[in-house]
Amino acid sequence: MATITQPGLEAAQSRETTTLIRVADVHKYYELGETRVHALRGVSVEIGRGEFVAIMGASGSGKSTFMNILGCLDRPSSGQYYLEGTEVSSLDKKQLAAIRNRKIGFVFQGFNLLSRTTALENVELPTLYAHISREESVKRANDALELVGLGDRKLHYPSQLSGGQQQRVAIARALVNRPAILLADEPTGNLDSRTSVEIMDVLQKLNDKGLTVVLVTHESDIARFARRTTQFRDGKIRHDDRISDRPAASEILKSMPSVED
Amino acid sequence: MNLVQILRIAMRALARNKLRSALTMLGIIIGVAAVIAMVSVGQGAQEQAQRQIAAMGSNVLFVGSGTVSRGGMSMGWGATKSLVYDDMSAIVRECPAIKTAAPGTNATAQIVFGNDNWNTRVTGTEPQFFEIKVWPFQEGAAFSQSDVDSANNVAVIGETVRKNLFGATDPLGQTIRINNLPFKVVGVLELKGTSPMGDDQDDTIVAPVTTVQKKMNGQTWLRWIMVSAISREASFAAQQQITSLLRDRHRIRAGQDDDFFVRNLADFAQLADEQSRLFTVLLASIASISLIVGGIGIMNIMLVSVTERTREIGIRMAIGATEGDVQQQFLIEAIVLSLIGGAAGIGLGMGASYMITNTLGWPVLVSTKAIMAAAVFSAAVGIFFGFYPARKAARLDPIEALRYE
Ligand SMILES: Nc1ncnc2c1ncn2[C@@H]1O[C@H](COP(=O)(O)OP(=O)(O)O)[C@@H](O)[C@H]1O
Ligand SMILES: [Mg+2]
Repeated sequence: MATITQPGLEAAQSRETTTLIRVADVHKYYELGETRVHALRGVSVEIGRGEFVAIMGASGSGKSTFMNILGCLDRPSSGQYYLEGTEVSSLDKKQLAAIRNRKIGFVFQGFNLLSRTTALENVELPTLYAHISREESVKRANDALELVGLGDRKLHYPSQLSGGQQQRVAIARALVNRPAILLADEPTGNLDSRTSVEIMDVLQKLNDKGLTVVLVTHESDIARFARRTTQFRDGKIRHDDRISDRPAASEILKSMPSVED
Repeated sequence: MNLVQILRIAMRALARNKLRSALTMLGIIIGVAAVIAMVSVGQGAQEQAQRQIAAMGSNVLFVGSGTVSRGGMSMGWGATKSLVYDDMSAIVRECPAIKTAAPGTNATAQIVFGNDNWNTRVTGTEPQFFEIKVWPFQEGAAFSQSDVDSANNVAVIGETVRKNLFGATDPLGQTIRINNLPFKVVGVLELKGTSPMGDDQDDTIVAPVTTVQKKMNGQTWLRWIMVSAISREASFAAQQQITSLLRDRHRIRAGQDDDFFVRNLADFAQLADEQSRLFTVLLASIASISLIVGGIGIMNIMLVSVTERTREIGIRMAIGATEGDVQQQFLIEAIVLSLIGGAAGIGLGMGASYMITNTLGWPVLVSTKAIMAAAVFSAAVGIFFGFYPARKAARLDPIEALRYE
């Protein structure tokens, strides 16, 4: 894998010493006519630079709602969210868009690539909104694709790529503006088990280089590759554990039967 | 994102649905083409009117014998015999607003040259007639004042007469027979075209007024006097001066009707000009309606497009596109759509203008103003009708948009 400079890299040495995210007593309600759905009921958590957190929990426990708030796609109904010390809920839409563009990389369960657009162009997309030079943005997109091991698929369209490859493109797209944090909401939800581990391998390697990763999954098989797991239930965090002996995804892969991509 | 990138994205989005984009553009193409064609046709009509005005001569007033009505009974042109040569001399002498005047009478006659014959109108007048009508010669010249004084048999012929009687033969110096009298052809007039009333001005023979009066009509009075005012502005004053002078000379008491009439051709020309101007505006506004319909087509397709691409919008927002970025993207798409349509419409409109004006035999005038207006108008249509769909796209909630199937 080619090396690219990640802003988180310098922080690798001081792993978990500086706070990247601080969430304090966040609530989220959805008004549905007369009824009010209470999706988050007072979530408080701190995530440090360079951490790899897996958020677990049953369906409907509020994981995605929480991720959307972390990703600045949504705002909490009450409570505070500090990203790199900035209180995010006070920012306007334009500022939130800038944060999504530069500080956050989002990976979705359904990949969400633009069809009829090549892998390279998909990866370039966030740089178009970052107002950087054309050469720089092409260079970054190429680097990011190399980083996820897709240097030879740059001109392929999403329909010409396997699910695992599409998700790698999505990860490359999330990384292209060198964000402080990568958020992934069930990134392996649509993938078979071997491909899921491959994606976890990519995430582990990125994390090893210092990138902060927060991942949602309801599979403990996937969560075990993280360094910390938090358990959501009914809109609250019930458990928050460190994993001391996480396995290396690359090792696990060796013992798995290989499937044709 | 720079403009080139934005345009590339827009072109690509439009290329994705080629047929749909083409059909949407068709509305604008037809609208723009209609505006350009209609304005060109209207301006052709205006130019035609202008040329006819110029063809009438400079600031011409027409004094006719007879009256429009007397005691409720229409007498018609030439029903009185009161207009005489001395009236003309008095007009030139005594009316300060008058530059020059030519007397006149008419006869219809059969013209024979060799084996060919032709029926036409013979105008009897004096040489300044050609000056007043601003009617140059293609060959030869006007007869002289001494031809008038001695009532010589000389004639000037119009282009239609020349064509029908002489064909390839040079008419100058030839002798033609007008109502069996021999006349020598001394000049051939330039082509003048049709009058605003629609008759062929070139189907004419002009001869000395005295010759026509004495040898053809056997009369002493004039049927008309053609007068040229010193300026266009002076033509109204000229009309009044002539009227009061002639009433005086003809001893018409107050309250009695005139035994002549004065018609200001400039007024008539102005009316024709105004009518064609109105015609242009009317045609252009009808055509603009189709441009608006085209705009509604764009709005409709852009709304469909926003709905279809909800997920794309969600993705773009999730990776950092602002509301402004999204709005701009869809707005540019609508503008590109209407501008391409506008460009094609300009081409089509120019083609149609040439065809229509050619068919009508009018001067071809593809108005650059209309083309520029069409270009600006089609961009404006794109902005106006693209704005709402673009706004709708920008206002989407990213989470909802991402969830959209
Ligand atoms: N846009 C919404 N409108 C109404 N209710 C919602 C909306 N999004 C989520 N919810 C509700 O909030 C709760 C948490 O949802 P979610 O965060 O998607 O859970 P998870 O991702 O853990 O499955 C659920 O009860 C869900 O029905
Ligand atoms: Mg979810």
